[in-house]
Amino acid sequence: MTKTLTHLARLEAEAIHIMREVVAEADKPVMLYSVGKDSAVMLHLARKAFYPSPPPFPLLHIDTTWKFKAMYALREKAARDAGMELLVHQNPEALARGINPFDHGSLHTDMWKTEGLKQALDEYGFDVAFGGARRDEEKSRAKERIFSFRTATHIWDPKNQRPELWSLYNARKAKAESIRVFPISNWTELDIWQYIHLENIEIVPLYFSAPRPTVTRDGMLLMVDDERFPLKDGEVPVKRSIRFRTLGCYPLTGAVESMASTLPEVIQEMLLTTTSERQGRVIDHDQAASMEKKKQEGYF
Amino acid sequence: MSDVSLHNGIYKTDKLIASDIDAYLNIHQHKSLLRFITCGSVDDGKSTLIGRLLYDSKMIFEDQLATLESDSKRMGTQGQEIDFALLVDGLAAEREQGITIDVAYRFFATEKRKFIVADCPGHEQYTRNMVTGASTADLAVILIDARKGMLVQTRRHSYLAQLLGIKNIVLAVNKMDLIAYDQAKYDAIVAEYTAFTNSIGISDFTAMPISGFKGDNITERSVHMPWYAGPPLIAHLETVALDNDADQAKPLRMPVQWVNRPNLDFRGFSGQIATGIVRPGDAIRVLPSGKTSTITKIVTLDGELSEAVAGQSVTLCFADEIDCSRGDVIAAADNPPEVSDQFESTIVWMADEALVPGRAYWLKLGTQTVSATVQSPKYTINVNNMEHMAAKTLELNAIGVAEILTDKAIVFEPYANNHVLGGYILIDKITNATVAAGMLHFSLRRAQNVHWQATDVGREAHAALKNQKPKILWFTGLSGSGKSTIANEVEKTLNLLNRHTFLLDGDNIRHGLNKDLGFTETDRIENIRRVGEVAKLMADAGLIVLTAFISPFRAERDMVRAMMPEGEFVEIFVDTPIEIAEARDVKGLYKKARAGQLKNFTGIDSPYEPPENPDIRVNTVEMSPVEAAEHIVRQLMPLK
Repeated sequence: MTKTLTHLARLEAEAIHIMREVVAEADKPVMLYSVGKDSAVMLHLARKAFYPSPPPFPLLHIDTTWKFKAMYALREKAARDAGMELLVHQNPEALARGINPFDHGSLHTDMWKTEGLKQALDEYGFDVAFGGARRDEEKSRAKERIFSFRTATHIWDPKNQRPELWSLYNARKAKAESIRVFPISNWTELDIWQYIHLENIEIVPLYFSAPRPTVTRDGMLLMVDDERFPLKDGEVPVKRSIRFRTLGCYPLTGAVESMASTLPEVIQEMLLTTTSERQGRVIDHDQAASMEKKKQEGYF
Repeated sequence: MSDVSLHNGIYKTDKLIASDIDAYLNIHQHKSLLRFITCGSVDDGKSTLIGRLLYDSKMIFEDQLATLESDSKRMGTQGQEIDFALLVDGLAAEREQGITIDVAYRFFATEKRKFIVADCPGHEQYTRNMVTGASTADLAVILIDARKGMLVQTRRHSYLAQLLGIKNIVLAVNKMDLIAYDQAKYDAIVAEYTAFTNSIGISDFTAMPISGFKGDNITERSVHMPWYAGPPLIAHLETVALDNDADQAKPLRMPVQWVNRPNLDFRGFSGQIATGIVRPGDAIRVLPSGKTSTITKIVTLDGELSEAVAGQSVTLCFADEIDCSRGDVIAAADNPPEVSDQFESTIVWMADEALVPGRAYWLKLGTQTVSATVQSPKYTINVNNMEHMAAKTLELNAIGVAEILTDKAIVFEPYANNHVLGGYILIDKITNATVAAGMLHFSLRRAQNVHWQATDVGREAHAALKNQKPKILWFTGLSGSGKSTIANEVEKTLNLLNRHTFLLDGDNIRHGLNKDLGFTETDRIENIRRVGEVAKLMADAGLIVLTAFISPFRAERDMVRAMMPEGEFVEIFVDTPIEIAEARDVKGLYKKARAGQLKNFTGIDSPYEPPENPDIRVNTVEMSPVEAAEHIVRQLMPLK
């Protein structure tokens, strides 16, 4: 009798297949770990792919020092639970110059994330880096390959990407070239939430609603996560019941007011809401094709 | 029907989401997955149709809709109405040009299924993109503009869909609103298409009249076409049979990706099951070795499974300690796939640089990677009329049928039976680019009937008698660089040292063994292949072989190196700048080449690829031939 696999079972099997191909063909792979929900799913899939062995690569967190406190807390625990080494990289130049999202605008993302990522990949000599990007996130990602090639200087050239047929991935490359691999390319935001729900995957509590101290800036609801947040004269953070649909640097991540405190409630709100996931991130609004431009410069 | 529908332009999402989210999640969790491809050009309304499918299944959020509305007014082609096509044209450059030039993947879901749409450009120059999108599709939607009827591209798209083995074909006659929903015109298009599909061997297809722009027969039956009795597009997509289900009925095949060995007590074989079902207790055979064993358990993080089916990624354990590693295929013991090294294949060329017959490329099929050469094509296929044409090579987007030879036997099945063990890619060994995709049809079996004759006096015995280690000293460099002169000096020195040598010189070989070959890229490759084989036989006889050939291509020098045991191939780069070689012009050839009397002359109108890491390099500007020879012999010591 035929047992039709569900779409989640097929997406899971595809991601596992991709991760094993990388481990079989790469010299020194690494998994980028941002502590967000997509990273949580990636880590879970990696555990499945290599069980009973632990995943045969380390986790790498490109830290900006401006993530939410709750993210730092889960980061250490998740790596420990998976039996994996956790590497943390902070761009020393950004650290020395005190680059922050309040004073430096888009330079913040550029130095901490884009430059920080390149530095870490070069420093450790990783030739393949797993990322949790999905094709449904943003228009320019819809054409992204699962194996995305970067030159020795980490440049992404949209014209020079390899065709991907069937489930065959060409992982050959010259020295110093590298590949970013996106095993969950074909997942949607709903698939991610559903999978977290089904598999009972631990995620940062910030995804669930709770009363948190907030202020509004440029129409965005921001959480005052620590004392570095520059309040205006006389401004007092307001407690609001909020949650986050996506997590990044806390001063750059907009919250939504919500009462959804369980996973099904979060999914319910997501399905009934009318704005897309990346709306909460400042990075996309800079310019029309901003994500594509960032990608060419080496941003994930 | 679908979980959303359009009512007066306002979405009515499934009531369950609001009333009972757990029940909704339970339904979503059990959806199956259909991958399909849409073929057509911008003019056929392809992007509009996909935009419509996303829009009607609420995959578009308000902020995207706001962007879409402003974009529609700024650069849309539909006046003040929403231009759905703008939803799916991704990269900035493409949006400006108004064309989609790559495969884009889109996602939407209904109550029954999740869908992944490969959105491919339709023009002939994008054949490779369509082939890429079709390789993972269960179904193809062939779009026709009802006003124009069948076009050349309709034939091309249908042929490519069939070539890639897509079993479900939907003929979507679009823009019915623009022909006043005329049934007679629709029937005529379907009749013409039926005649065409019969002629190319497509046995079945489903035709439907639609309007992507107006939404007719997309999610609901159109009120404008009561004469159409079939289902709307979405309902058809929701119920069509899945390839993944059909694969379960086939015999077990699982290419091994990775050997899982966390400790001495566990040895499992990880892979994704291509076809069939596996259960503990099943008898299996590992190919190509043919060794058999029994499955003891199917291991996953979620516990051991009582069975696993095609499509699942699992780890299998055997009862016996038999050899099994990446590239092997685990198969049903009583029904294993074939093993061969010569095939007939259809090849789709995907690179700007044309196929070089005889050149070695990497071939990746399943988890096997081997070195392979493609013979000159038997013919190429005109994708517009399916006519066969003679051809010497395959250019970008060409589709041809050719013999392909692998340097060792691989486990395969005809593509028609098994896409995982029949579909492959070719990779350029120097640039690492994916240059072609191919489908194996059958084994030519000739290799299986020519067995290697084992001889009692082997190469070690030959070498021992001569008291030396056999080697090939491969001199490469431009014409006039001094290869022959230096090789001659090296041989003289080796003879003084009582070594048994033989010098193969390019010009001399071309007088005899290779006098049928010219100087085209293909002939140059064959020239080097034969020299390599001759040198190898001589090395087997125990000789130190010196060869002096321009041998301009890295790939061919690497081919000869790969024929020899490790360390026996010594690449010697006679490094002379072209200005110096041309100034010497011992044979007067540069002068002739500059005058256009000699074609394909290396360094002038044919490239020379210098070795990246030669074993020995000599600089003939600073060294005399005798000094160069001394330098080489010093590097070769000891000689046994």
